[in-house]
Amino acid sequence: MTDFEPKIIGFLCNWCSYAGADLAGVSRFQYPPNMRQIRVMCSGRIHPSFILQAFKEGADGVLVAGCHTPNDCHYISGNFKTERRVAILKKLLEQLGLEPERLRLEWISASEGEKFSKTVLEMTNELRKLGPSPIKEE
Amino acid sequence: MKPVLVIGGGITGIQTSLDLANRGIKVHLIEKTSSIGGVMSQLDKTFPTNDCSMCILAPKMIECSRNENIKIHTMSEVIEIKGEAGDFKVKIIEHPRSVDVEKCTGCGICSEKCPIKVRSEYQSGTGYRKAIYLPFPQAVPLIATIDRTNCLWFSKEICRICEKFCPSKAINYDQVETISEIEVASIVLAQGAEAFNPEVLTEYGYGVYPNVVTSLEFERIMSATGPFNGQILRSSDKIKPKKIAFLQCIGSRDSRVGNSYCSSVCCMYAIKEAVIAQEHDPNLDTTIFFIDIRAFGKEFEDYYTQAEKGNKIRFIRSRISSIEEIPETKNLEISYESNGEIKKEIFDMIILSVGLEPPKELNNFSLSIDLKLNKYGFVQTENFSPVDTSLPGIYVAGVLSGPKDIPDSISQASAAAVRAASNLRIEYEETNYSIYQEKNVEDKIPRIGVFVCHCGTNIGSVVDVPSVVEYVKNLPNVIYAEENLFTCSQDTQKKIIHLIKEHELNRIVVASCSPRTHEALFQATLQEAGLNPYLFEMANIRDQCSWVHMHEHEKATQKAKDLVRMAISKARLLKPLTKPVTNVTQSALVIGGGISGITAALEIADQGYLVHLVEKEGELGGNFKKIKYLPSGDDPEKFLKNLKSQVSENKNIITHLNSKINSIFGYLGNFESVISKDKETTRIKHGVVIVATGGLEYKPKEYLYGTPGIITQLEFEELLSKSYKPESIVMIQCVGSRCEERSYCSRICCTGAISNALKAKELNPDSEIFILFKDIRTYGFKEDYYREAAEKGIIFIRYDDENKPEVSNDGKIKINVLDPVLKQKLVINPEVLVLSSAIIPQEDSKELSGILKVPLSKDGFFLEAHMKLRPLDFATEGIFLCGLAHAPKTIDECISQALGAAARSITILSKKEIETEGVIAIVDEKICCGCQLCLNVCEYNAIEIRNIEGKMRSHIIPEICKGCGVCAATCPSGAITIGHFTDDEILSQIKNAFKEVIA
Ligand code: FES
Repeated sequence: MTDFEPKIIGFLCNWCSYAGADLAGVSRFQYPPNMRQIRVMCSGRIHPSFILQAFKEGADGVLVAGCHTPNDCHYISGNFKTERRVAILKKLLEQLGLEPERLRLEWISASEGEKFSKTVLEMTNELRKLGPSPIKEE
Repeated sequence: MKPVLVIGGGITGIQTSLDLANRGIKVHLIEKTSSIGGVMSQLDKTFPTNDCSMCILAPKMIECSRNENIKIHTMSEVIEIKGEAGDFKVKIIEHPRSVDVEKCTGCGICSEKCPIKVRSEYQSGTGYRKAIYLPFPQAVPLIATIDRTNCLWFSKEICRICEKFCPSKAINYDQVETISEIEVASIVLAQGAEAFNPEVLTEYGYGVYPNVVTSLEFERIMSATGPFNGQILRSSDKIKPKKIAFLQCIGSRDSRVGNSYCSSVCCMYAIKEAVIAQEHDPNLDTTIFFIDIRAFGKEFEDYYTQAEKGNKIRFIRSRISSIEEIPETKNLEISYESNGEIKKEIFDMIILSVGLEPPKELNNFSLSIDLKLNKYGFVQTENFSPVDTSLPGIYVAGVLSGPKDIPDSISQASAAAVRAASNLRIEYEETNYSIYQEKNVEDKIPRIGVFVCHCGTNIGSVVDVPSVVEYVKNLPNVIYAEENLFTCSQDTQKKIIHLIKEHELNRIVVASCSPRTHEALFQATLQEAGLNPYLFEMANIRDQCSWVHMHEHEKATQKAKDLVRMAISKARLLKPLTKPVTNVTQSALVIGGGISGITAALEIADQGYLVHLVEKEGELGGNFKKIKYLPSGDDPEKFLKNLKSQVSENKNIITHLNSKINSIFGYLGNFESVISKDKETTRIKHGVVIVATGGLEYKPKEYLYGTPGIITQLEFEELLSKSYKPESIVMIQCVGSRCEERSYCSRICCTGAISNALKAKELNPDSEIFILFKDIRTYGFKEDYYREAAEKGIIFIRYDDENKPEVSNDGKIKINVLDPVLKQKLVINPEVLVLSSAIIPQEDSKELSGILKVPLSKDGFFLEAHMKLRPLDFATEGIFLCGLAHAPKTIDECISQALGAAARSITILSKKEIETEGVIAIVDEKICCGCQLCLNVCEYNAIEIRNIEGKMRSHIIPEICKGCGVCAATCPSGAITIGHFTDDEILSQIKNAFKEVIA
């Protein structure tokens, strides 16, 4: 399918990645409009069930973005917890028959507007190649 | 306690007023026009972030009008000042508006009906207003004014149409001017500057050729609220120009008009206008004619490079001497020299980048109170006291004391606030947090109001806003939805409050920009309407939608609809939250004992608060110890000695030398840090942190640095102070700056090199001195030193990146450089080669940023909360920033920032109690099984286990919890959630991301 447009849900932590996404805006770094972002205070807030729910609702990909490890997380170590959770979730996704690449973890700081826009662009392109998610609830 | 008088309601005066009012001091803010906001309200966008100017200014204007400690006097001027510091008597004249302030609602019907059209001051003359008018849609206060010179009633005694149509009977032709007297302790001058009027330079044809406009006019032409609603059109034929040019230094660096100083901001605003104009029309052909590009501020150089390489804006180094109009087409022809040839070129439109001048009334005002002005007519200040005037008790901030950009003006505004407070005997009243009565709506069915913002054209030109409004109107629980040109304007706030009451709305959604900048503003609006501030949600359809999908209108509109639907789905579930109140430890931690740290510490200590000053070296002074001369002639060594003795005599300062910060924990008002000295550690408590860790001189890898006779400017300065008198000197600029490894400009090296060169000339008038440079960036009054150097025979040779100087040193230094004028290789054999090396971030910045949890910029300096309007704050509350740790800057700029950081700190230290964030964890004790997993993941020890009716249950300590939500994501039984980010709320956002799902 060439005209397949993936649906992405992005969880962004308030202090780094959401700020980075805002910076992409003020810098006018263009990226594809495929992502719907959800702001959380820390990436460590993202309960595994949120990510599973996102796939269940028809997302073709999920981005989890937080502050750089080791030191940048505004709440000291939330990002480490996220890192572990995402690693386990990737395994789980595989068992559910989903390509683990559909879940992406990125550290994006408040000064990395360009990285934010590139991440969304890359992810959209990769998902375009992967095609629609095999699990979609009717 | 006597109040403070602030004269001038631009962004500078606004910031000074807020910093004073937020520490409990009453302020009279005097503004001569009918609204506060100043020049910043006229700007379309701001550099280097391309933020929408009005959007970031409006929240501050509204905050000012809402603050009970600030009395705004519009249409007013100061006519007399008597008395002395601590005890001034000031006479104020208030000109009649001819409109009753109490009755006018700002509806604008009067100006609709008024038959008289006049050129609008707000539009810089590019558009029109009526004789009765509201200056601009976001004006504060939003009250109409009759301009009596143009009103038919006042000139011919006819008409009175406005009176007939005014629904609130607010017109009052009989108003007279009133004079009142107030007593104040100190005065802050912030009247700003004026744009140079280029009519006197007849060779450019301004005022004669319609398509020659000033940069301020162009700013209005680009603006959504401008004369052509955001379209760029030529005045002569209302056609879109295809080819435009900017001419720099109009009325600046020009002794013919008496302004030989540099206006500091024109290069950057011209680049910004060029970039934004291209955003309007990607095919627009744009050229900037300049002498030097002065992109010296934080991240300016990147902006310049991006404009040249990314936006393909053409930069031509040439001062254009005249413009000819081609009568048939009204196009404009100029000629310039390029590569030795004279070229002629035709443009559709030319923008004159006009400089800044002191306001016309300043001269008379200064005479009336005997205030000292400098030779250019700006208020005179000194290097070491950058916001003090020649009169005790009277301070100055912003462009009134010389050209500067907005962040520098803001820093000075805060600095002037803290200096003004030094004349007060301060008795604080207890803060009262619950001034607003809150309605209980918790169990009510959601009635949601949705406001979708056009943000001028920022959103509206990409996203189809009306269709978003139509779409949301049909969503369940949405009782009311509308679109606004600017949802953040003051009249919209009033409207929202009114609509909340009228429709009994109990949840509000605003779809506009980022909650990071605007959430607080709208939350305050909810509070005023009697709603809990947490019954509010934003959808970011600008920064994360229209601005990043500029060419995909349909898809961006779809995304906007999705984002608003997600916000609405969350809003349905929102619950009111309370903000915990905690005690404040009324002392400060200042990290870094250089000039910035010392200045901040002294100011805070002088105003009665304890300060811990931590310095890693064995002595105070930092980089300043190495400064031997200043071009102004001030004596840095004497100044430092005096400061040090003030520190040691001050009982409120505890100095920790040879010390290092090991850890900092806690939050706004309640930090706890461990400081180590050798093997000993001390634990201290403090309410705020100031980061003043400074920067370093880069040790060059370039140009054979370190071989005999090749040294840095600081090393050269040291030698000069020991009477070194070399016969011949070469200086190379931008060593380690503006290069691949370090793209930024180090700001002070041009002035530093010239200062050392002048000193060397003074010591040895026969010495031969060459300065090899890329652009000379002696901004502001520093241009005087550049001129002086040229007059004294110092030779300036330009080089570019393709033709960098080549250096060899076999005991004899040899420099090869291409002379761009003679187009010849030049060989120089100087006695000494001095490298103007970069200022780089402190080595331990990374470590400290980790300890404090505050970010660094891509260049490695500390990154403030907002580059334009919050230069001294971090996004984390209670932590502030000043000096070289922020970015390279001069000594007076460091001192301004340090005083400003002190002012910002005292807004917290002055309170005994402070409210903290209401977004915290909540435990459902019925579900909690007492497993204690949450206890282990909480980094703040904010969770304790309590015995509740015989069962062990988790309990959150509200003042300590920071609301990160790690516990909630860990709890296996789902007993913990986070206020405003509950599981249900987030899940409903997920479900609604691509389709409408009502739980
Ligand atoms: S705050 Fe960004 S990951 Fe924790």
